[in-house]
Amino acid sequence: MQAYIIRRLLILIPTLLFASLIVFSVVRMIPGDVIDLMMSQNDIAADKKSREQLQAALGLDQPMLVQYLRWIGGIALQGDFGRSLWQNTPVTEQLAQRLPVTFELGLFALTIALLVAIPIGVYSAIRQDTAGDYVTRSISLLMLAVPSFWLGTMVMVFPSIWWGWSPQVKFVPFGEDPAQSLVQMAVPAVILGFALSAVTMRMTRTMMLEVLRQDYIRTAWAKGLDEKLVVLRHALRNALIPVVTLVGLQVPILIGGTVIMEQIFVIPGMGLLLLDAVSQRDYPIVTGVFMVVGLAVMLINLLVDLSYGVLDPKVRYR
Amino acid sequence: MAEPLLSVRGLSTSFRGEGGVVRAVDDVSFDVAAGETVAIVGESGSGKSVTALSVLRLIPEPPGRIEAKAVRFAGRDLGALDASGIQALRGNDIAMIFQEPMSSLNPALTVGMQVAEPLNRHRGMPWPEALAEATALLRKVQIADPDRRLASYPHQFSGGMRQRVMIAMALACRPKLIIADEPTTALDVTVQAQILELLKTLTRESGTALILITHDLGVVARYADRVCVMYAGRLVETGPARTIYETPRHPYTVGLMASIPRLDEEIGRRLVPIEGQPPDLSALPPGCAFRPRCPRAVARCERERPALEPIGPDHHKACWNDVRG
Repeated sequence: MQAYIIRRLLILIPTLLFASLIVFSVVRMIPGDVIDLMMSQNDIAADKKSREQLQAALGLDQPMLVQYLRWIGGIALQGDFGRSLWQNTPVTEQLAQRLPVTFELGLFALTIALLVAIPIGVYSAIRQDTAGDYVTRSISLLMLAVPSFWLGTMVMVFPSIWWGWSPQVKFVPFGEDPAQSLVQMAVPAVILGFALSAVTMRMTRTMMLEVLRQDYIRTAWAKGLDEKLVVLRHALRNALIPVVTLVGLQVPILIGGTVIMEQIFVIPGMGLLLLDAVSQRDYPIVTGVFMVVGLAVMLINLLVDLSYGVLDPKVRYR
Repeated sequence: MAEPLLSVRGLSTSFRGEGGVVRAVDDVSFDVAAGETVAIVGESGSGKSVTALSVLRLIPEPPGRIEAKAVRFAGRDLGALDASGIQALRGNDIAMIFQEPMSSLNPALTVGMQVAEPLNRHRGMPWPEALAEATALLRKVQIADPDRRLASYPHQFSGGMRQRVMIAMALACRPKLIIADEPTTALDVTVQAQILELLKTLTRESGTALILITHDLGVVARYADRVCVMYAGRLVETGPARTIYETPRHPYTVGLMASIPRLDEEIGRRLVPIEGQPPDLSALPPGCAFRPRCPRAVARCERERPALEPIGPDHHKACWNDVRG
């Protein structure tokens, strides 16, 4: 198990290197140049710096390869993601500030998604083809069909028109006041969580139906167990194995979702940082965010793989 | 005669499917006395497994539908029990052993827990105590090193060992009756004998009655006290095992006997198969279901379905024809 984890972590290195190449080059392909943007800003233009001076100051006059090697070398050797082209602050500092916020929102949303999806999926399976099953399945289809950016916007707009209520805009970090922090994230987390729960719920239902047909479930009934024990002890664990895979695959979707929610609900997380940086062509920030997100997705995939060992005794890590 | 342990009267089980209603079990009645071994014999699809599952109401309803005039067990009317009543009986008074040891154990739970589970459920035994009892049960079914095996998972066991685990599980609460649904069909021939021998020894020791569902007449001859022969969902002949062997009276039973080799016969006899196919249960003809394959069919067989009638001491058959030998 330990050897397996170490091996998996070592594999991350070439994967991340490859990802860094793609990220670095794609970001520079965004049309529009950061220098043009800066030149159009009055205060910089007033400084009377020429394009060349500006480029040299930001290190953008170097050949691409040199720029890349400097950047990746900084990350690999010093954990330094460079400096923001606009604010001249270290990117690492920005990431350290924003990452916990996005992590909180993502984890909150995922928790809601699972708390909604698994019980309802199980219920829907054991009451297959009843009214309850149809209702929950229809709702899940609805959640799947409604885009979360639309729902988020509606939640921002309509309550404020009808009742003068709108979600709080002033941001409270988790470390400052955990309760208040969760309250302010509740609306976006619920919207995201429900959107994610739809697929998980349907998967849980399908797998439960499959497992409930198995011989060992009949054995469990033949032992005299009641429905609760048959479902929770004998069926659910076996049904969850593929559901865990699905949840792992949903993580990138979840991260994409947090970007949108952060924008709508003005939550200063990685998503908001990324959007601002992209519109300003602040390359070091964009690449920094991508690298962190990429690493997070890879680590979560590793966690998902490890969780199989907990759920399925046939899985052994060597 | 004392009241039998299990008495089934007029049991019918049908399934509603796309092709209409299929009567898998049709008006079946039989008794099992305490401590006795009754074999239910028949080819695939004759309704023997469904009969056994119906007694414990393990047929999902719908699509299944179980009807019976009376099912009595140890003086209680099983038909009058609600869901929790039948759950209290399953695994406690009547235990089951299934055909496929490979798929009948839960792959995600330890063997020890699965064996201990009935004790925890029915005796209210705390888990550590139930697991200690499970060790003793595993030893009883001759699993080597039971202390260590308790924490193993089913995939670490061979087929024969899994069936031993199933037997240990069935014996856990000292049931009065064990229903074994083709317990050896999925196993190697050498292992089959071991498992049946074990089952027979353990049930005899504890005075447990056994319903042995099988299509193997060799098994029947060796282990059963009484035999019920099923064809197309109905009983066609019942009687003491010896009588059925020596003087089968229904043409189907006669055919079955002719189709298997016997040790006590002259060498060189050719085995005689029963011609034709088992009938489609969703489209049974009005008369005797065996008529299309029966070498002795008469005109009456086509019109009227024969009922199970006594023809000797504890010997019944459902046939219009008076077959001898």
